[in-house]
Amino acid sequence: MTMSRRHFLILLPAAAVAWESVLAGTPEQAPNYTMSEHWWGMLIDIPKCIGCGNCVRACQEENDVPDGHFRTWVERYRRSDWHLEEPQVISPDGGKEGFPSVNDDGGDYFFVPKMCNQCADSPCTQVCPVGATFIAPDGVVLVDQSYCLGCAYCVQACPYGCRYIHPTKKVADKCTLCYHRITKGLTTACCEACPTGARQLADLKNPKDPIHEFLKTHSVDVLKPQMATGAKVFYNDLDGSVR
Amino acid sequence: MSFFKDSGHLFRFAGIFVFLFLAFLVIRVFVVPKSFGEYGHYRGNAIKDMAAKPLHFAGHQACETCHTDVLDVKKTGKHAGVNCEACHGPLAAHAADPSAVVPAKLETASLCVRCHEYSAARPKTFPQVVSAQHSSGMPCETCHNPHNPLQTAGGAK
Repeated sequence: MTMSRRHFLILLPAAAVAWESVLAGTPEQAPNYTMSEHWWGMLIDIPKCIGCGNCVRACQEENDVPDGHFRTWVERYRRSDWHLEEPQVISPDGGKEGFPSVNDDGGDYFFVPKMCNQCADSPCTQVCPVGATFIAPDGVVLVDQSYCLGCAYCVQACPYGCRYIHPTKKVADKCTLCYHRITKGLTTACCEACPTGARQLADLKNPKDPIHEFLKTHSVDVLKPQMATGAKVFYNDLDGSVR
Repeated sequence: MSFFKDSGHLFRFAGIFVFLFLAFLVIRVFVVPKSFGEYGHYRGNAIKDMAAKPLHFAGHQACETCHTDVLDVKKTGKHAGVNCEACHGPLAAHAADPSAVVPAKLETASLCVRCHEYSAARPKTFPQVVSAQHSSGMPCETCHNPHNPLQTAGGAK
């Protein structure tokens, strides 16, 4: 068979398209959930957080998080006029049982729930020497615990302190954004248990998700933006003193 | 050809390298999981493993399929946005088999204060009471309907 230059050039784009599909591989098997259609993040509305600790308890129950370790925790900030840059921060047992009551002492109090920021350019996945932690195609940073060596590079790399070594499994553990729930169309355990709606799961690839309107109309920031981690946990009304 | 006169040992040495390289390729086929590299430099099936973990919180959608009476009371009140399991705790086991797992009744005297006990740290607009003065330790449900707290307890379920 001979092929003229004209025919070769006509076939070239078709071959390129075919090669694209070869490179992409076969699509995943899950019937109702397509990873490429989602890009998960979370919205945390600080003025709504009342510091009840429901999210911390819910997370521990949902994900069997060992005592003394946290996939999410709540910090209480107290900022006074003469110490704007150095707020007092407490988080007794991660805020699991709430916070001690305080009387009005002139300080400026607010609660900051913290969790894995599901970074799009995550420092933790970049340092893993064995490919045990990774960003799934839907934007969730996960740990393959059957592959993890427990070297704790990722624990050191996370600028937000969101990872820990599981005390009995001896492997890295972290927030999975309740991956077993969001892939079934449910929200995360912390969002389910939050009584005030201070936490909201957000799908940034879904044009109908209320997150887009919220990001447009509110003063929203991420933690440590100077680290350029591409964090996808957005905080509304985040005080500049929060680290 | 004097240049290659004593080259035999070089070829034997190269043969060892070729053999080790082939052995590496063969061992690699066996030890690298099938799904490794499916989406990136990790085991693709790890994603499926993660998605297959069991639920503990059923989600309010599951509760509302049966407890429509509570939903009707709740949806007009201040607690409309509070999901069932925020107070009742994780009840996926109850949702899976309602007769086998019956959730315990809640102690409102200790439960409600988690959110509603006065603290200057809470947002000012959030309803708070000093429980010792407000009810002197009586269960909140004596006066309030927890599902619709501005209703009196006798008003509705």
